[in-house]
Amino acid sequence: MAYPAGMRASIEKVEQRRKDRLNKYEFPRLSPEDKAALLKDYHPDFRDGDKVNLQFGVNKGERVPKVLGEVIESQSRLNLTSVDLSRPDHKTDVLVIGGGGGGVAAALTAHENGAKVILATKLRLGDSNTIMAEGGIAAASLPEDSPAAHYIDTMVGGRFKNIPDVVEALVNEAPSILEWLTSLGACFDRTKDGSYFNHMPAGHAFKRSHSIKDLTGLELMRVLGDEIRNKDIQVLEFSPAVELILDADGQCAGAILEDLDTGRNIVVEAGAVIMATGGMGRLHPNGFPTSNHYGATADGIVMASRARAKLLYMEYIQYHPTGVAWPEQMLGLLLSEALRAEGAHVVNCDGEPFVNRLETRDALSATILRECGPRRKGVETPTGTMGAWLDTPMIDLMGGKGTFMRRFAGIHHRFVKFGIDPTQEPLLVYPTQHYQNGGVAINIYGQSNVPFLYMAGEVAGGVHGHNRLGANSLVDIFVFGRRAGRHAAEHFRKTAATGLTLEHVKAHNEEIAALGISSQRKSPMLLPDYRFEKALTSTQYVSEIVEAE
Amino acid sequence: MDKKNVKMIPIYVMGKKFEVPEELTILKALEFSGFTITRGCGCRGGVCGACATVYRRKGDYRVIPGLACQTVVEPEMSLVQLPYISSRRSSYVVSEVDPDSMDIVKTYPELMRCMGCNTCTKSCPVNIQVMNYISATIQGDLKQVVELSIECVMCGMCAARCPAELSPYNIALFVRRLYGAHKLPKSPELEKRVSDIANGVYNAEIAELKITDTKKLQGIFNEMQAKKGASV
Ligand SMILES: Cc1cc2nc3c(=O)[nH]c(=O)nc-3n(C[C@H](O)[C@H](O)[C@H](O)COP(=O)(O)OP(=O)(O)OC[C@H]3O[C@@H](n4cnc5c(N)ncnc54)[C@H](O)[C@@H]3O)c2cc1C
Ligand code: SF4
Ligand code: SF4
Ligand code: FES
Repeated sequence: MAYPAGMRASIEKVEQRRKDRLNKYEFPRLSPEDKAALLKDYHPDFRDGDKVNLQFGVNKGERVPKVLGEVIESQSRLNLTSVDLSRPDHKTDVLVIGGGGGGVAAALTAHENGAKVILATKLRLGDSNTIMAEGGIAAASLPEDSPAAHYIDTMVGGRFKNIPDVVEALVNEAPSILEWLTSLGACFDRTKDGSYFNHMPAGHAFKRSHSIKDLTGLELMRVLGDEIRNKDIQVLEFSPAVELILDADGQCAGAILEDLDTGRNIVVEAGAVIMATGGMGRLHPNGFPTSNHYGATADGIVMASRARAKLLYMEYIQYHPTGVAWPEQMLGLLLSEALRAEGAHVVNCDGEPFVNRLETRDALSATILRECGPRRKGVETPTGTMGAWLDTPMIDLMGGKGTFMRRFAGIHHRFVKFGIDPTQEPLLVYPTQHYQNGGVAINIYGQSNVPFLYMAGEVAGGVHGHNRLGANSLVDIFVFGRRAGRHAAEHFRKTAATGLTLEHVKAHNEEIAALGISSQRKSPMLLPDYRFEKALTSTQYVSEIVEAE
Repeated sequence: MDKKNVKMIPIYVMGKKFEVPEELTILKALEFSGFTITRGCGCRGGVCGACATVYRRKGDYRVIPGLACQTVVEPEMSLVQLPYISSRRSSYVVSEVDPDSMDIVKTYPELMRCMGCNTCTKSCPVNIQVMNYISATIQGDLKQVVELSIECVMCGMCAARCPAELSPYNIALFVRRLYGAHKLPKSPELEKRVSDIANGVYNAEIAELKITDTKKLQGIFNEMQAKKGASV
């Protein structure tokens, strides 16, 4: 499975030129003007074709990725005639939808604050984007750092579009989240003297990302999932939500779930609902591969917008610059930013550097696409996909032998199985859909504009503005998971809801029909369809930008 | 993918034969064959443990464990995806368990039934030394348990095959949590930061930043970036 001959030839060039890059060589940083021009020309967020404006509802006119527009503007997958709202299967104070990091943090906190909680999730508890996070979790924990500095970096990274109050809450609570996770038994990496080990992802001015090997999300998810079991919180697995229930005043009053095994609908009446359904990678915007888990299909966005929740910055998608481009089996999987932080340069098929390794994600992605497309300096794979080299052997050369294994055992483990040794050979990378920067707009308590409907985690919008910094999402999901959980436990509807209804869903279906949108598609999607030819992958975006030139 | 170059190979899924492209993972091969997967798939990236599978190569008597999303198909392999088998876990309050006493064995008394057969290690699809971390647990070497088990993806294969009916992965998680909560040193730096924030030390500065114009913020950012140097 190792690298085929064509790619080997390119690797030799990388090796020859590597010595020029020792001695602290760094490619110059982009000026703000150059960066703006670069993004405009090559970053998928800034190119027109793939965006649409929503046609009706509270979010009419909102620009969203085309694939997302399609799932929002489809008929509901819920068969309205089969639902009886008068006899709910469950009644609870707080219903949490989604069993990733945001959901479990919300459920634990709502429970801690005295509420009866049900957590419903699509797959197994913990099957999520959270479990896949490798790099780390941000918090200004070092004396030389401060929440104020964290604030500045987050705003600059977000192109100043973040909601300031929400960012303030994020940076102020980040350090206590670290304490909370540690008290629950998460084994954060430590330095020799026992203090927290820190590293500095791109866009941050201080070492403030805290890791657990390269398995940060896995360890956090295991610990929090275990704590959910300790607290005996009711968990409904393989039971995704398909629509929200409103009351007579348009306030949220629960959700309809679909049992994935039997197809039966489950009615849950709730005093408050916390949506924590994560991102949209599996819609494959622009045909990009994705780093996201199987269930990342934007269901929360679809349900919430039908229930009249306002979306924010939904058109901005984060492409992680270093998704795996070879071997084919790993296409789209993420290679942690920390690899670049520890010294790996990004170079083209001739082994020439073309971008500083610490540029922000959006800029790095755009330069790699430019290299693969118009500049024709990408590395082609036997299956016709493209990529640039991430020169991982630099890590041991710069940090001393053994550095790679110490920091990236998981990455090593996965590549060696395919005959590639990242301490000796570079890895081929191509941007991969990674994160949904926007979402349902929230305030500092995670509340949406719909009463009793909260958002926590990647489904929410505003925390990261137009562009999220590395390590800022894990902290976001816990800060706002906890905030939403606490607020919901205190403020859920105490009196019985009246006039439970799915009228908004019916009205939505009618609008679709009136607009003449005739697609057979039903949504939310729940799971992507990869059967038959759809199991195979492509990198179509490169040819699109070449054609556009 | 350019289909002209793709070589197809035969595999057997629960006894049925399918032709699939040779470089696919088992997971993608199942999908290519037309299966819709709901239970045996989560992260698609080798960390969630939802896709445990066992397969046999043609003519080989051994049953080999693997993760379907990480294992490439081989000609004539026969395979089946495994359900997640329920296994016992104990409830506990992490702050109240004493990691240096018999609490660990009291929480999981079945630990003492381990007969050292090594079946768990042989069934682990991510090559964890399961039996060794169980021994380390019995010996009270918590640090060793953390090191040995940190890559566990909770697939449940070890528990499914253990003849003494332990659920090693739940035990390891329990021990790691005890270690993290009780044995890792406190960080005075972090404690100070948390109390400074609670005391409002940064409030004025952040309030100021919230009304600072973007150009100025960008300027401060540039200065901070220039100062941070190459050490990462
Ligand atoms: C490979 C990878 C690496 C990453 N690395 C980092 C990192 O190092 N640092 C960092 O800060 N961030 C990182 N991120 C981003 C971060 O992990 C995620 O943004 C974050 O974990 C999202 O958490 P969440 O709880 O909002 O969503 P998720 O963790 O995705 O959880 C969403 C949950 O909702 C469930 N769900 C979905 N739809 C429904 C439905 N209809 N009904 C019920 N349940 C549903 C899903 O099954 C899932 O369990 C990474 C992301 C990926 C994919
Ligand atoms: S230790 Fe057990 S649960 Fe963990 S990965 Fe190995 S077989 Fe799976
Ligand atoms: S399979 Fe069970 S009995 Fe055998 S060594 Fe592992 S834990 Fe012990
Ligand atoms: S799908 Fe998560 S480990 Fe294979």
